Amino acid sequence: MYIPSAYDIGNILLACNMAQGEIVAGCLAPHPPHLVYAENPEQNEPVAEGGWEQLRWGYERLRESLKDVDYDAIVILSPHWQTYVGTHFLGLENFQSLSVDPVFPNLFRYHYDMNVDVDLAKQIHDKAHSAGLAVKMMTNPDFRVDYGTITTGHMFRPEWDKPLVVISSNRSRAYYSVEVMQEMMVELGRVTREAIIESGKKVVVLASNSLSHRHFTTESEIPEDMSKEHITSHAMHLWDMRIIDYMKTGQCQRIIDEMPEFTEQAIAETDGGAFTWLLSTLEVPKYPAILHGYGTIIGTGNAIVEWPVYRYKEA
Amino acid sequence: MSTGEIVESFVVPVHPHTVLAPDQNEGWGKLRQAYDDAAQIIKDSEADLLIIYSTTWPSIIGHQLISDPNPEWVMVDHDFHELGSIHYSFNIDAEFAALWDAESKARGLQSRCVNYHGFPIDVGSVVALTLLNPDNKIPAVIVSSNVYADRSETTVLAKACKEVVRKTGRKAVAITAMSLSNRMFTEHIEPENDRIHSLKDDEWNQKILEFLSAGRLEDVGQLSRTIQQQIRVQKVVNFKPMWWLSAMNDNRNDLTGKVLAYEAIHGAGCAVVNLNPAHSGFGDKEYDEDDVEVFSGERGVLDTINTVETDQSDGPALWEPTEAEGSVNTNSAPKPVGAYPHARKVGDLLYLSGVGPRQPGTNEIPGGPIHDSNGNALDYDIKAQTQAVVDNIARILEEAGSSINNVLDVTSFLIDMDRDFKGYNEVWAETLGKVGPTRTTLAIRALPTPIAVEMKVIASI
Repeated sequence: MYIPSAYDIGNILLACNMAQGEIVAGCLAPHPPHLVYAENPEQNEPVAEGGWEQLRWGYERLRESLKDVDYDAIVILSPHWQTYVGTHFLGLENFQSLSVDPVFPNLFRYHYDMNVDVDLAKQIHDKAHSAGLAVKMMTNPDFRVDYGTITTGHMFRPEWDKPLVVISSNRSRAYYSVEVMQEMMVELGRVTREAIIESGKKVVVLASNSLSHRHFTTESEIPEDMSKEHITSHAMHLWDMRIIDYMKTGQCQRIIDEMPEFTEQAIAETDGGAFTWLLSTLEVPKYPAILHGYGTIIGTGNAIVEWPVYRYKEA
Repeated sequence: MSTGEIVESFVVPVHPHTVLAPDQNEGWGKLRQAYDDAAQIIKDSEADLLIIYSTTWPSIIGHQLISDPNPEWVMVDHDFHELGSIHYSFNIDAEFAALWDAESKARGLQSRCVNYHGFPIDVGSVVALTLLNPDNKIPAVIVSSNVYADRSETTVLAKACKEVVRKTGRKAVAITAMSLSNRMFTEHIEPENDRIHSLKDDEWNQKILEFLSAGRLEDVGQLSRTIQQQIRVQKVVNFKPMWWLSAMNDNRNDLTGKVLAYEAIHGAGCAVVNLNPAHSGFGDKEYDEDDVEVFSGERGVLDTINTVETDQSDGPALWEPTEAEGSVNTNSAPKPVGAYPHARKVGDLLYLSGVGPRQPGTNEIPGGPIHDSNGNALDYDIKAQTQAVVDNIARILEEAGSSINNVLDVTSFLIDMDRDFKGYNEVWAETLGKVGPTRTTLAIRALPTPIAVEMKVIASI
């Protein structure tokens, strides 16, 4: 009697279009905790008078844009789960705790309760391992999820009703160079896409990073005082607009090509690899992205951008 | 006057292996033993305070200080989570943290205390405190490592700390939680295969340890930038802890150093080093960088009315406070604009020179100056200025061993009674008004610097 292997099953599923999973949308979804603070959700302890509305309205538009799009899970790569020994994946079904931002504890003390799609995480992990990437599943129940993941998770879908796959930020740029980081993240994006397709699930992929990333080194007495908020320098603004223009005009390959200069000169948070990984999962889009919002947070540049794959997929 | 001191200093590694897995690798076990030996040295020193500068707690808005008296949580390392969890419950000296915070601000630094349930104390601090203070008997204070700080800012942070150690009469231990070379293997390795990542890293580590074992701490501090370039992965925090530790030890090159252990943890260079203040050798210095007491670098990114600096080129020259019998002077108050002390002690009374709102170190005027360098009038905040005057008075009184609660009589000078009396009076009511000194308020035409309020104080000791 013939017993098909897992590899065969994968191929069978790939051959059967109805069973294939897909990425329905990809988003640049930055994580400054100020946004959650300004929203005043019940999970967060501090109370704000608002602030950073341009970005919060951007997240509103993103949520509205995707409200009729059906999906099963969200995959996030966050720059604030920083790992120096490979790429890690949350590997337990549920995480509950209090997340306190180590840099802005005055703004972000968030009680989270999130579910993980461990099966999909393991599938991506296994594929990455097969591709030669250093990977590890994180199965310590005491582990606290990083505030970047939680902020992006909350702002993208405050209902927390979809399971997540959470991928760490392998700091290969710190060890090697932006070029090496890009090679590894392109590969991680490729296997992420393959695993999603083979999983049969519909998935949204999120890169949780800012663009230019030079902070102010002081904080105003009222953190949400918007009269104090602006980009740190004209050069940072020019870089952010250049990258946004590439996104809006479907020139993502140019983003990949210019990533080393952008990362160095704008001290961009793209050093964490999330943006490159996102573009790779989307096969480096040639179609225009939707810019839902742009704004600064303590001087850093942040854009909320959607690649509406569901609109552009082949019939 | 109290005279505290640094009785011991240590360099210690940050990774959790020494707590969670000392038996899995001979080198990790040696580091653990060295940690235990360091704990005994600290115990024998009868220290009453542990001060930790941690490189695994990066901050952006200045430096942060843990001020939760008893932080408790479970720490799991982001990379080595499979080793297990570390439950911690620490004894923090919140009062010392508050004083350090105030002294840092007085010296021009951005600083704040952190006291929130669940705040994630970093792995380096958790490992160091768990092993160096196993029974939690000695109170501790933990400070972050600022991402953007360079040598001067880090040095001033240490000097602020030392000033508080001196004032409070503490016997303190200065500890830097740090790696030497910090390049780890980027893939999983079996514990038995651990080693320093490269020969170059090992050679530099040996050179650093040679300096430290000879007590030449300041030399290592002044080589920090070179060391960072040679053997450090460009993580968020550079090789700054040697600046801090050297300043904590008066930038000396004649300490008594001893390397208790040097081993690899996942490729990184990890050492436990003891530096005792006993003099050894001549302490000559190979290098000669400027020393700094206050930080006056760029911190006005948000500048508006509250952070406009006074243009001293057009204002009166600043003087060192006059030293005379009974005089009381402090770096925590703005420098005089003439030949006089901050205060003078006569019997049980203190007479303060006129105190304005200028900030010590930076000379900035909270609430903004009343005019620019061309004499053009500017908007300003009288309440912020008045509060700054009261804060400066408090610092001078504390330096004299008194306090704001001992103020007996105040003469206030306002340059615009109609505009400013109401705001000045509100701040007064919330501060000195609650103490209850007698008060006289006068309108005057001008003050020597572009400020709107000044107070003349008499207090008891």
